[in-house]
Amino acid sequence: MKKVTEGLKAVAESVALCRPDVISAYPITPQTHIVEELAQIVADGKLKCEFINVESEFSAASTVLGASAAGARAYTATSSQGLLLMMEVLYNMAGMRLPVVITDANRAVSAPINIWSDWQDAITVRDAGLIMMYAEDNQDCCDMHYQAFKIAEDPEVQLPVMVNMDGFILTHAFDPIDFPSQADIDKYLPKFKPLDFLSANNPRSFGLMGGPDRYLETRYAMAETFKSITPVILKAADDFKKMFGRYSGGMIEEYRMEDAETVLVSMGSTISDLKEAVDTMREKGKKIGVLKIRILRPYPAAEIKQALSRCKRVICVEKAISLGGPGILAAELKSAIYSNANKPEVSNFIIGLGGRDVKQDHIFELVEKAEKGVCETEFIGLDMKLVEEMDK
Amino acid sequence: MTTQTAENVKLFNSGHTACAGCGLALAARLVLQATGPKVIVVNATGCLEVFTTRSPQTAWGIPWIHSLFENQAAVATGVEAALRALGRGDEARVIAWGGDGASADIGFGGISGMWERYDDVLYICYDNEAYMNTGIQRSGLTPFKGHTSTSPAGKVSLGNMKQKKNIPAIAVAHGLPYVATATVAYPKDLERKVKKAMEVRGPRYLQILVPCPLGWGHATSDTISMSKLAVETGLNPLFEYIDGKLATAMTVKQKPVEEYLKPQSRFKHLFRDAAGAEQIKLIQEIANSNFAKFKVEAVK
Repeated sequence: MKKVTEGLKAVAESVALCRPDVISAYPITPQTHIVEELAQIVADGKLKCEFINVESEFSAASTVLGASAAGARAYTATSSQGLLLMMEVLYNMAGMRLPVVITDANRAVSAPINIWSDWQDAITVRDAGLIMMYAEDNQDCCDMHYQAFKIAEDPEVQLPVMVNMDGFILTHAFDPIDFPSQADIDKYLPKFKPLDFLSANNPRSFGLMGGPDRYLETRYAMAETFKSITPVILKAADDFKKMFGRYSGGMIEEYRMEDAETVLVSMGSTISDLKEAVDTMREKGKKIGVLKIRILRPYPAAEIKQALSRCKRVICVEKAISLGGPGILAAELKSAIYSNANKPEVSNFIIGLGGRDVKQDHIFELVEKAEKGVCETEFIGLDMKLVEEMDK
Repeated sequence: MTTQTAENVKLFNSGHTACAGCGLALAARLVLQATGPKVIVVNATGCLEVFTTRSPQTAWGIPWIHSLFENQAAVATGVEAALRALGRGDEARVIAWGGDGASADIGFGGISGMWERYDDVLYICYDNEAYMNTGIQRSGLTPFKGHTSTSPAGKVSLGNMKQKKNIPAIAVAHGLPYVATATVAYPKDLERKVKKAMEVRGPRYLQILVPCPLGWGHATSDTISMSKLAVETGLNPLFEYIDGKLATAMTVKQKPVEEYLKPQSRFKHLFRDAAGAEQIKLIQEIANSNFAKFKVEAVK
């Protein structure tokens, strides 16, 4: 049934359909409506679940870690500073192989303090051992959540999954959302059956110390797991399509790339902006397409390598920056295509940080610049008058 | 060390790697002896975690989890919530524990949150009065004028400048139904308090003084006598608060603080000169005020 719903509330309703046993979260803009809505759903008795208010995001992540270790399906949501405060727990959760699902409303990181959207928060935790999914629109985002629990809890995976949605651009946008029925979701996502959990009936120790004699092997096992996750992600989307008739999946997505000489690469809601710009440029005869990175971890290197084997020029459009380093998406992408016989030139641009609007003209501008020569970590949309004032 | 199986049901096994004379290992064994097997323990990072669970071995015969240094309270909240959500509430009670650093310093925010939420978790602070696992650094529970590696006695310093943070009082202020202190020299008292705590629902706090021969600088054979002297001098009063009211306090024959301080190298700088003697007087005042505060009549 389709219903016009705000992005965050749609996520809350989708999460509720997944019947989490324990939810714990802490308020932070622009995530807050998710947990408010879930709190209301629990308060109304529509979902039987322990909803735990805690005193920080650090404790929210720790609470769902404990709940997951005790065998519960557990969920939390956060954003920006909150995600960074969770960071230590996220590494631990992944290392302990606990299949928690986390929604991150992507937001800029302080300073200066800024509540608006970019990708800096989640990009910063990309090495923690989480599976990371990026939603293009709110239907995609809802569908990702059903799949996220399925992927996380797969016996071959057993890792936390983070679903990323751009703050405000998606979180606060109202869209018609198609919600599956509870009965269908119950069929798609049966009750969580943990491989192992804390129980007085089977006393086991969790979170042991791994010295130099074991740590390397433990991390190797995680790295190996990441190599085998792609089929699980693809199957979760295929099964979803079979049941709901809608394909919302893939590691990457190609848009108008069949004969593209130039390919714009990005993630999240920016993809919609790029697709619109590509349509306009196509009308003017430019051979250009878009490559969406839907799953950032495991990084779809093989898929990207294949997809970029024919084009002449790649333009990474990024909403995060590694200060003092190369563009993050661009650096990873370059390593993925390094062994291609045909190496396209790669430019990268930083746009939209801290909620700055990304306009169609910005996209035309960056394409034009990249066509003139390779650009490295170049900012687009700067107010040069303001830059000069700040210089003074 | 043995790997735990269902057949081997000892709750805390020998063969772990604690130092000789470790008060902490003794306390943990006494606690589990009192609780029995129907518990799930959340252990903060620290000595107890390190010396019991060097992978792939474990000393624990109860379900046990270690996550981080400072999240034991919130993890316990999650475990407890999961048991309720999954209809396994009768399976086990949840205990979170950590050292004085994990409890009074880095993890305190989480503990306060857990107390305020009134979660059904027994929190135990094993207090050996410094960060022993990392090499005897000062914590919020390091005693006044104690020498540690980050509050060293030197030419112009006589050790730790601050008195111990009063966590039991803070626990009482949170409205906890049960708050108590204990120490390993009085195992019956410790056992009784653990059992009492397990009878109560809601958040409970137990602070157990556990001598550390390495950190305190006393003979490994003196763990029990140091524990006893800490009580007898009044520096570590043993009491219980039930529903916010002082319910019991142990009556002891008061001994001068020097008897406790002298055998420990962490206080040896106080015995060098007149300046040190002045500090010992101040420590005696702390002990005296404890005696007055807990209305413990010193047996003369």
